[in-house]
Amino acid sequence: MHIVTATDFQDWRDTARRFLWAEVPPESLRFNRIDGQPSLFDGGGVNALPQPLGSVKRNAVPRPFLSLAETVSFHRDSGRWNLLYRILWRLTHGEPNLLEITTDDDMHRMATMEKAVRRDSHKMKAFVRFRKVDRDGVEHYIAWHRPDHRIVKRVAPFFARRFKAMHWTILTPSESVVWDQKTLQYGSGVARSEAPDSDELEELWLTYYGSIFNPARIKTSMMKSEMPVKHWPTLPETKIIDDLLEDAPRRVQEMIERNEGFQRTATDLIQSQPELSQRLDGVRELAQQCQVCDLFRESTQTVFGVGPTTAKLVIVGEQPGDSEDLAGIPFVGPAGQLLNDALQQAGIDRSSVYVTNVVKHFKHTTTVTPLGKKRLHAKPNAREIRCCKPWLEAELDHLSEASVIVCLGATAAKALIDPGFNVTRQRGQVVSTERCNQTIATWHPAAILRTPDKALRLQKLQQFSSDLALAKKRLE
Amino acid sequence: MSRDVQQKLEILADAAKYDASCSSSGSKSTRAGSQIGSTEGMGICHSYTPDGRCVSLLKILLTNYCIFDCQYCVNRVSSDTPRARFTVGEVVQLTMDFYKRNYVEGLFLSSGIIQNSDYTMEQLTQVAKDLRQKHRFGGYIHLKTIPGANEKLIEEAGMWADRLSVNIELPTELDLKQLAPEKKKPEITQAMHGIQEKIEETKSDRNAGYKPPSFAPAGQSTQMIVGATATSDDAILATADELYTAHELRRVYYSAYSPIPHADAALPGKSPPLIREHRLYQADWLLRFYGFDVDEIVVREDRNLDLDIDPKLAWALAHREYFPIDVNRATREQLLRIPGIGARNVKRMLSIRRHHALRTEDLKKMRVVWKRTKSFVITADHNPSLGDLDRQDLRQLVTPKPKQLTLFDAFGEALKGEF
Ligand code: SF4
Repeated sequence: MHIVTATDFQDWRDTARRFLWAEVPPESLRFNRIDGQPSLFDGGGVNALPQPLGSVKRNAVPRPFLSLAETVSFHRDSGRWNLLYRILWRLTHGEPNLLEITTDDDMHRMATMEKAVRRDSHKMKAFVRFRKVDRDGVEHYIAWHRPDHRIVKRVAPFFARRFKAMHWTILTPSESVVWDQKTLQYGSGVARSEAPDSDELEELWLTYYGSIFNPARIKTSMMKSEMPVKHWPTLPETKIIDDLLEDAPRRVQEMIERNEGFQRTATDLIQSQPELSQRLDGVRELAQQCQVCDLFRESTQTVFGVGPTTAKLVIVGEQPGDSEDLAGIPFVGPAGQLLNDALQQAGIDRSSVYVTNVVKHFKHTTTVTPLGKKRLHAKPNAREIRCCKPWLEAELDHLSEASVIVCLGATAAKALIDPGFNVTRQRGQVVSTERCNQTIATWHPAAILRTPDKALRLQKLQQFSSDLALAKKRLE
Repeated sequence: MSRDVQQKLEILADAAKYDASCSSSGSKSTRAGSQIGSTEGMGICHSYTPDGRCVSLLKILLTNYCIFDCQYCVNRVSSDTPRARFTVGEVVQLTMDFYKRNYVEGLFLSSGIIQNSDYTMEQLTQVAKDLRQKHRFGGYIHLKTIPGANEKLIEEAGMWADRLSVNIELPTELDLKQLAPEKKKPEITQAMHGIQEKIEETKSDRNAGYKPPSFAPAGQSTQMIVGATATSDDAILATADELYTAHELRRVYYSAYSPIPHADAALPGKSPPLIREHRLYQADWLLRFYGFDVDEIVVREDRNLDLDIDPKLAWALAHREYFPIDVNRATREQLLRIPGIGARNVKRMLSIRRHHALRTEDLKKMRVVWKRTKSFVITADHNPSLGDLDRQDLRQLVTPKPKQLTLFDAFGEALKGEF
């Protein structure tokens, strides 16, 4: 029986080659258990290696074997050298296709070891967490990691390529490696206490980790199988897992609340009474009951559109104002007056027009003035607009003869033409939309009234008139 | 970094968690001249979250403000979710800081649409450009392009990114019209087409011996929301198939829509949509790697995939006349059709059987799912009792026992392509 040692793959390869030349069968050769340490039974180390018998015989082994064997050489199992020698022997003694027979016991064992090393290396690439420390003004990145196998030398070159322009060190219990942006230097194992224990960025990383996961899909066993618990102590983010799990139900609840209501729009109400919603009058009646968003609370009544179902021109504003809220009819206040005048000027009979708003309830804030309370118009938000849109859609559905739609102001233009619509730049153009192939946007009369600069106000007024004139022309 | 960045990160990572694509894959080599970062060893999952999913990229939105109103999206203009916006510099800094600590493989950046499509696209591109030019960053960058953005802008994005994606969003044009009226299918496919052309151009330049600047070397992918409309699985798969063949997409991601109309409805993630998502991924693998045709995968009359059993098993049960298959004689194509045997095992079987006849023992050692497989194969020492394939209850016999929480194991399986 020959007893020998091997420190690393190259060493094993040299030794194994000699014994193979000497035709020493695997049963008569044993690789020592202790890596790299001469043992008591070691009959004199390298000197004991047999000399080649006569002319050197070339033992061809399949190329994949060498790379497999090299991977296996990083395995912690002390039996690996013997196993590799046995496979080498079989490959060169009548079983050249052994590698392909993956169900063979030796092959199976080698494959298992190879897989373990590959997995461990992969986990090292993934789970090394560098911590930044400042050494005399130079940034150093230091990691502590606990691999299963002796893989530091196998994986270090990967880190050198990836973090080329960084000074970094990876410490493990049995080996270590330092990169100074030029060379890799290997050293012995180091205790965990030698590694830095925090990094300024970890808080941000934990924030990210906590936010990117979906609290509605908990699957901790999957997490543990891919991120073995033995690595948890070196992964900063694992500290908050318990908290995240505990907080998950609350976050799910929050997700639900945040989503709740999107689907609950006026559509539900419209569909609940098909007989009514078949007529525009019926829809108007239904809208009186709408409480989908909170606007109904503060206002007096729903202000629905008015005008004949046979209208060829439809005018859509933003939402009712103070006077409209009290009257229950759109465009009856100062802005309505301006609209009426402009319509008349353009030769359009208001009673032939259908006039309505995107949002049907008055939104406002209240201020107290010396003269008493005053209700100030407030802009509807996107959610309110969305909630109310089915009413507008239902109105338009019933106006089958409409051939021109005029949007007054940005809210209406955004709702009907394009969410990115810009009134200043795009007003006065006839565009085709899904609803109507002649849609025109212009100023909202209230916006004209609020323009402080007189010249500018006049200019807007003229544009408003000419846009309405354009609408009139398109009607013919 | 400031408290402010932390708050933004919380909002903008949270908003990105709905995105299905998470992996870094497909870039063959690291960019020349990189100082920090490489794309070798792609697909490293740097962490796992309690939902069992892998963290491989810093996946964030530049902003979750959006002028669009797509109903399936939390960031739609009408949503009252809290909003935030990163600056280009903040995203760049965050990516570098995370990368240097080995937290991530790179960046996956998308965004709500602010101002307009072009403006938003420019901002996204700027992030990638700064990472590459100012920091010589060689890690993975995936940019989600903005629908409707100018072709020139997308072209520039492709110079800096490893992968571009254009989201198809919904399986059919009609679905889009219903739920995302601002997005148009022709616009989307045109953008894909533009990217594909540019990728090909770069490839042919390289083959001709030129050194063109790299353009989206990891190709393009897309995401499709499923379950938001009544569209059936075979229409979904037909769209996917079209994308794979017509636009050479590397990957189609399926993302289950979780409607939560009322507080008492099932919690998202507990109900069928997830398993459906999973079955679609399995079917997708059959399309790409198992030689299945898109019109044979769905066997049910309602044109949906079977939720109880995987699509390959469903196909086999519907086509018993093809079985049993003799594993020692069958072609590769035939072997790939056997339930319980994955592509990798087919490869192994083909090489082993050159040396000895395959026995049941061999198959078991390869960890094929014998319980499922045995009724469909003949090995050197096994011939399924002839009656098996005619049994009425074969389905029950081979159907895996429903386990409450097997989904993610199965999900991982599907991503790896094993059945
Ligand atoms: S504003 Fe519109 S949606 Fe809101 S309650 Fe009033 S009618 Fe209903």
